[in-house]
Amino acid sequence: MAIPDEEYILKTTSACAGCPSSLILRYVTKAAGPDTVLVIPACCTSVIQGVYPTTAMNIPVYNVAFASAAAVGSGMSEAFRACGKKTNVICYAGDGGTVDIGIQALSGALERGNDFLYVCYDNEAYSNTGMQRSGATPFAARTTTTPAGKQDLKKDLDAIVAAHNPVYQATACAAYPVDLYNKVVKALSMPGPKFMHVLAPCPPGWRFPSEETIEMGKLAVKSGMWVLWERDHGKLAITGASKAAMVKRIPVADYLTRQGRFKGITEEQIAEIQAAIDRSIGCLQKEVESEC
Amino acid sequence: MLMIGTGNKAVALAVRDAKPVVVAAYPITPQTEIVEEIANYVTDGSMDARYIPVESEHSSMAACIGAAATGVRTFTATSSHGLVYMCEMLHMSAGARLPIVMANANRALGPGWNIGAEQSDSLSMRDTGWLQCYVSTAQEAYDTAFMAFRIAEHESVLLPVMINLDGFLLTHITQPFETVDPEGFLPPTNTPHAIDINHPGGYGTLTKGTEHFRFRWDIERGMRDSVAVIQEVEEAFAGRYGRRYDMVEEYRCEDAEVVIIAMGTLGKEMEVAVDILREEGVRAGSIRIRWFRPFPAIDLAGREVVVIDRDYSFGFGGVLANELRAKCGCRPFSVIAGLGGQEVTYDDIASFVRIRTEGGEHWFGVDA
Repeated sequence: MAIPDEEYILKTTSACAGCPSSLILRYVTKAAGPDTVLVIPACCTSVIQGVYPTTAMNIPVYNVAFASAAAVGSGMSEAFRACGKKTNVICYAGDGGTVDIGIQALSGALERGNDFLYVCYDNEAYSNTGMQRSGATPFAARTTTTPAGKQDLKKDLDAIVAAHNPVYQATACAAYPVDLYNKVVKALSMPGPKFMHVLAPCPPGWRFPSEETIEMGKLAVKSGMWVLWERDHGKLAITGASKAAMVKRIPVADYLTRQGRFKGITEEQIAEIQAAIDRSIGCLQKEVESEC
Repeated sequence: MLMIGTGNKAVALAVRDAKPVVVAAYPITPQTEIVEEIANYVTDGSMDARYIPVESEHSSMAACIGAAATGVRTFTATSSHGLVYMCEMLHMSAGARLPIVMANANRALGPGWNIGAEQSDSLSMRDTGWLQCYVSTAQEAYDTAFMAFRIAEHESVLLPVMINLDGFLLTHITQPFETVDPEGFLPPTNTPHAIDINHPGGYGTLTKGTEHFRFRWDIERGMRDSVAVIQEVEEAFAGRYGRRYDMVEEYRCEDAEVVIIAMGTLGKEMEVAVDILREEGVRAGSIRIRWFRPFPAIDLAGREVVVIDRDYSFGFGGVLANELRAKCGCRPFSVIAGLGGQEVTYDDIASFVRIRTEGGEHWFGVDA
């Protein structure tokens, strides 16, 4: 599928150098097109879009309270549909606004079947406020509120969402824009609630050089730490670069040791993470092969 | 059409007649009948609206915000814990200048659990930028909820409106009331800042101090201008339907030396107390405050004032008493009564007047 030249996120945003979130937003909006409204809770994109009275966005952007994105999106979508409009409503939220404070509103909107797309760009911490721990921060990662490394596991957001049986659910990664683009197009072709979870390797937060954003995303996928897949009406399929990673992966240490947030991680912790990856890949493989 | 129904039913029928496009709601005692009735109207086709059964009050206001942002008419209803749970969204909706209408069944806050009438819920939302009206009968609930859409959506106002009715004392009391022929009374919703795909822009983006300050002043200007709009809409309503309302409702005040002031059902009950006191030779009158925000101008010069609050601001005093002290320069006898649905009769109200002291405070049922 050819990616259109039209841009809906314009140059000169206030994003950090190497920002994956603005990159993801670029392809999400290219896939959605001009008849689209973004609903954005407090997150990095609150800043990236610019300061009043200017905006870096070429589509309407509605900024809302931290916990409310999915609920605002469902109300907006119902109003558009009641008026016979097909306008895409896309909630674009960070991991904190999704897995933590916004999960109740997300759960409600998914269950009600409202016609909207929710995109969680996951930089695995409260990056906008300076890298505090979120429910999406992975095990052993240092943040400003887990200075010794997080002792708990990353919350399994995708399993929570899957339990709501949305019509379409997918993961993606900032390093693979074509995979991302195609999934957004597919999601928006279906009525009902859609959800996408996109990995966003964050240079200042994860502490790696800003020119390595794409490289870091690729290492996440090649190591199996992040898997590209989609569930179309519940049926799981592995997509893109993750097809190869299901069979052969690079050691996760190659991904972890490139990031300052994992500084001081022990060999035992790396082994623990490696074992968890191998286990979860095995589970995904079984689900792909299963009939249900 | 003459109806017999509760205050809740009256509100639901007013909403049906106002024809909102989106209703998002979450049930809570004693508001539940409103949302059940509306769900029935939507199901049986007597109301052409989208009903969004949200998972919380925070989300009911959020969904109304999302819908109203597209320029359509919206409604929700709540009470007590539900209202304070959506507090953040009350600020967001007023700040976004969205003309959402909401009914609130005034109810006590826990702990301990108490579902009785109390106005502490809505009065603690005083500074959110919402217009607030307190009604006293099913008829007034119907009429005010219906008019509220025209007030909220007026181009000089564009602020949300909260209709408050005392839990159980009004929400669940069956009274006769008249519905109206709604045709043509409410102009089509015209939100000038509704989302327009052809004119993309940012809503609620990062805003520097100077602009933020100006937006706050714009809200205050809308609030001040709303006084004239309320009076204009209430006048138009009286002209067409024959029932007249105002910012306040006065009873036997012309020659009154002492006036009793309250809101909601107590404000109606005290009219009987005035009659009792008059028979005793006391030149009493009463003023029932309908619109609490914007706060009405009341001339209390040369009169003794007794204020009854079904609420309290801890560490300061009765909320209505405080507002009157600040706005009218009076030194009222402040009575705190009816908290948590405590029964307050007209005889009780008459007794408050008898024991009044200038500037004093009396907790009914607590003080000897």
